[in-house]
Amino acid sequence: MQIHVTDQKGIRHSLEALEGFRLMEIIRDWGLDVKAECGGACACATCHVYVEPDWTGKLYEAQDEEIDMLDNAFAVEDNSRLSCQLLMSEDLDGIELTLAPGTQKDDAAAA
Amino acid sequence: MSEVIDTDILIVGAGPVGLFAVFELGLLDMRAHVVDILDRPGGQCAELYPEKPIYDIPGLPEVTGQELTDNLLKQIAPFKPQFHYSQMVTALAKRDDGFFDVETDAGTRFNAKVVIVAAGGGSFQPKRPPVPQIQDYEGKSVFYSVRQIEAFRNEDVVIVGGGDSALDWTLALQPAARSVTLVHRRAEFRAADATVNRMWELEKADMVRFKLGQVTQLNGTDGALESLVLKSKESEETLPATRLLPFFGLTMKLGPVAEWGLNLNENLIPVDTEKFETSVPGIFSIGDINTYPGKLKLILSGFHEAALMAHAAKKIVSPGERVVFQYTTSSTSLQKKLKAA
Repeated sequence: MQIHVTDQKGIRHSLEALEGFRLMEIIRDWGLDVKAECGGACACATCHVYVEPDWTGKLYEAQDEEIDMLDNAFAVEDNSRLSCQLLMSEDLDGIELTLAPGTQKDDAAAA
Repeated sequence: MSEVIDTDILIVGAGPVGLFAVFELGLLDMRAHVVDILDRPGGQCAELYPEKPIYDIPGLPEVTGQELTDNLLKQIAPFKPQFHYSQMVTALAKRDDGFFDVETDAGTRFNAKVVIVAAGGGSFQPKRPPVPQIQDYEGKSVFYSVRQIEAFRNEDVVIVGGGDSALDWTLALQPAARSVTLVHRRAEFRAADATVNRMWELEKADMVRFKLGQVTQLNGTDGALESLVLKSKESEETLPATRLLPFFGLTMKLGPVAEWGLNLNENLIPVDTEKFETSVPGIFSIGDINTYPGKLKLILSGFHEAALMAHAAKKIVSPGERVVFQYTTSSTSLQKKLKAA
């Protein structure tokens, strides 16, 4: 299975994915520049992605906790999700994601 | 200049590993001062997941970040650690006598025999919105905290965010500011109900404005903000604004650690696995911020590192003194220390 991730610079990466892993973990473990600093606890919003609209219907719906945490993300759109809350499954084979602004390891802190 | 505090040990970071280090050091009669940029102990456990259960602390099948922090504070209480919150260690220099001059951004100064860097993922700093040129305005028109309400008097203030900080400051600045506009991506908030209700009352009375959307552009000269562009699904508009307060939570950044002369490897501090000492003798590093072959970023690894570090630190703090390894279950002298609280 694969997921396709367009990074913050516009480069598209096709990544091998294993069932049951969080999409955030797949993106991080393949070495893309994603901060994901809480490690998947839905507590930091630094793994924010846009999901290609064709795919949003196949996702497990966002729970209140994720919707609240998106308040701490930037440039939130209707297709915004936290990639730590999306589990890889066969239904998502081929999903297209784009890393949102403010998710790079060293660009999100002021001062 | 404030008085210089003499201490055996200066710990940078009051997360779980920094806290447990107080315990291991205390068993060996070393006293510690602890500095943290947050206003309370616990580090990531307190800031990121106070309510989230942790399942891999030995002996505690399920414990929240806050409970773990509270338990550690109770455990280290006999050793009377001194905490210095809401400040960041900015300067660290080794003197000719081998000890360290340490200073924080609040001006607190220490004379420490040993320094322990237990800074986790770095220091928590406000998140900076990815708006072009925002850095040029920071400290002049764009602020991430309010130190004095006077700095906002008669200003056109735009506050962005949907949590307690955004709502609290909307209410607190409204009487002083010329105008206050709260901007959020949705008309729902994570703040206390009473605060949210009060904001809506003020909004109905035309004393506060609420706008859906996000800030995409700042206009002004030399850091003096004049207006900003607000974009929502339906529209894009320019709002007059002379002050902007973005509240998007905190994020971790390595910060001044990079300037202390320690060898670094991808923003981590390499240490040996016998003493957890850095490239500078007398400076140790434990917990998530260190690295060594096989390192796992687990709280339990940090606890182990703290114990070994303490025995190595003892040799610097009390040179020549014979250290007897003892167990808390059987040693009457350790038990005496623990009951001293």
